[in-house]
Amino acid sequence: MMTNHGNRVTQGQFSFLPDLTDAQITKQIEYALKNDWAVGVEYTDDPHPRNTYWEMFGNPMFDLKDPAGILMEINNCRKTFPNHYIRVTAFDSTRGWETLRMSYIVNRPKQEPGFGLARTEGPSRQIHYRVSSYATDKPEGERYT
Amino acid sequence: MLAPGPQSLDLEALYRESNVGELLEALDRELVGLAPVKRRVREIAALLLVEKLRRSIGLQAEPPPLHMSFTGNPGTGKTTVAMRMASILHALGYVRKGQLVAVTRDDLVGQYIGHTAPKTKEVLKRAMGGVLFIDEAYYLYRPENERDYGQEAIEILLQVMESQRDDLVVIFAGYKDRMDRFFSSNPGMMSRVAHHIDFPDYSEDELMAIAGLMLRRMQYELSDAAVTALREYIALRRTQPRFSNARSIRNALDRARLRQANRLVEGRDQPFAPETLSTIEAEDIRASRVFNIATGAVGAGDGE
Repeated sequence: MMTNHGNRVTQGQFSFLPDLTDAQITKQIEYALKNDWAVGVEYTDDPHPRNTYWEMFGNPMFDLKDPAGILMEINNCRKTFPNHYIRVTAFDSTRGWETLRMSYIVNRPKQEPGFGLARTEGPSRQIHYRVSSYATDKPEGERYT
Repeated sequence: MLAPGPQSLDLEALYRESNVGELLEALDRELVGLAPVKRRVREIAALLLVEKLRRSIGLQAEPPPLHMSFTGNPGTGKTTVAMRMASILHALGYVRKGQLVAVTRDDLVGQYIGHTAPKTKEVLKRAMGGVLFIDEAYYLYRPENERDYGQEAIEILLQVMESQRDDLVVIFAGYKDRMDRFFSSNPGMMSRVAHHIDFPDYSEDELMAIAGLMLRRMQYELSDAAVTALREYIALRRTQPRFSNARSIRNALDRARLRQANRLVEGRDQPFAPETLSTIEAEDIRASRVFNIATGAVGAGDGE
C-alpha cells in the first residue's frame, strides 16, 4: 500500500504540507528573527533520515534583521543546487537551549526515488533490516538528473 | 478601480498616527540650519504620506522611488540626516525595519577576483529592510585602474536597487563635484536615484548655534569672553584648509575642554565653586594655534 505518493521525504517541520511558498517562508524566517535565532541554509543530496549534518551554504546569518536578505540567500542556493534538498534552520543560542529550534525543507529534487527496505535473515532466523535511499545507489552529483 | 470608501479622506489622522510630525519637528529642532535639506525631507515625507493614502483607497500605487544622493562638504550633517531619514521612512512604513547600515568603498569592494560579489551581497543582506548609506560613493568607480573591482560592486548595487526597491533604500553621499562626475559616468545609477539633496556649508552664526547645542548637551557653558573668542576662532578656522564644519567645531570644543581641565588641575590648590567645572573661559579657546596661524606663525592642521 502506497502511503507516501511521490516519495516525499518527511524530515523537519511542515514536511507533510505542500511546498511552502516564498511568502510563507518569509513569515517563518520573520518568526525566527523575532526570537533572535540565527538562521542558516543547508543542502544535501543524501536523503537518509540519519544524515544529520548537511552542507552549509554560507555562514549562519546571525546579524540580519529582515527576511528579504535571507530569502535572497535561499534563492541563491536554489539556483546553485536546483536538484538538491535545501533546508532552512534556526539556531537558538540562549543558555539552556543551544540547539536548533526550526528546520524545514524549502527545496526538493524533481523526482524523489524513495527508500528501499532490505531484509537479511541471519542465524536463528533473526532478521536485520537495512533502509537505504535509491538515490544513493548513484554517486554524488548524478543522483537527481 | 477605486474601492468604495469614505467620501472625504482624513490625511490628518494618517499624519498623526504615523508619528511623522514628531520626527520632522525633531529634525527641525535638533539640526541647525540646513533649510533646503529640511524642506526637501518634508516634501518627501508629504509625498510618501499621500502615496499611502492613495494606496489605502485603491488608487494605482507603484512604490515611489526612494534612492537618494546627499552631496556636500564633510561635517555638514549627511550621515545624521540619513539616520533621521531611515526613521522617517520606517515611520511611514516604506522600510520594514529602519536600520541604517553605513559603508564606504572598502566594505563593498574586494581585493581579489571573486571577492567583491560576496562582500557586497553580505552588506546588502544586512541592510535589507532598512537604509544603506554609502559614503564617498565615487571611490567605487575607478576607470583608470583596470584591475579595480568597483564596477562589479556598482553593477550588483544597480541590480538590487531596481529589483528589490521595496526591500532596500540606498543613499549615496560625498562631495558635490565628484558625485556629479560619478553619476554622469554611470547613467544607470543616475536614473535610479530620484532625490538629489545638497548640503550647504554652515554660516558662522549657524556654527555658533551648533557649538551652543553641543555645549548644552555636554553640560558646559561659555563665559561671555569665551563666546567672543569662539566667534573669532570660527571666523579664522573657516578660512583654513580641511575645515569640516560641525566636526571641526566638536574637535575645537573637545580641545577647549582639555585645556580647561588642565587649567583646573594646575590651579587645584585653590578651592573653586562647582560652576567653574562647567565653564569654559576665553583663555581655553585663545590658546588654540588657529589664532597664531592667523598671524602667520605656525603650519595648519585641524586647529589645535
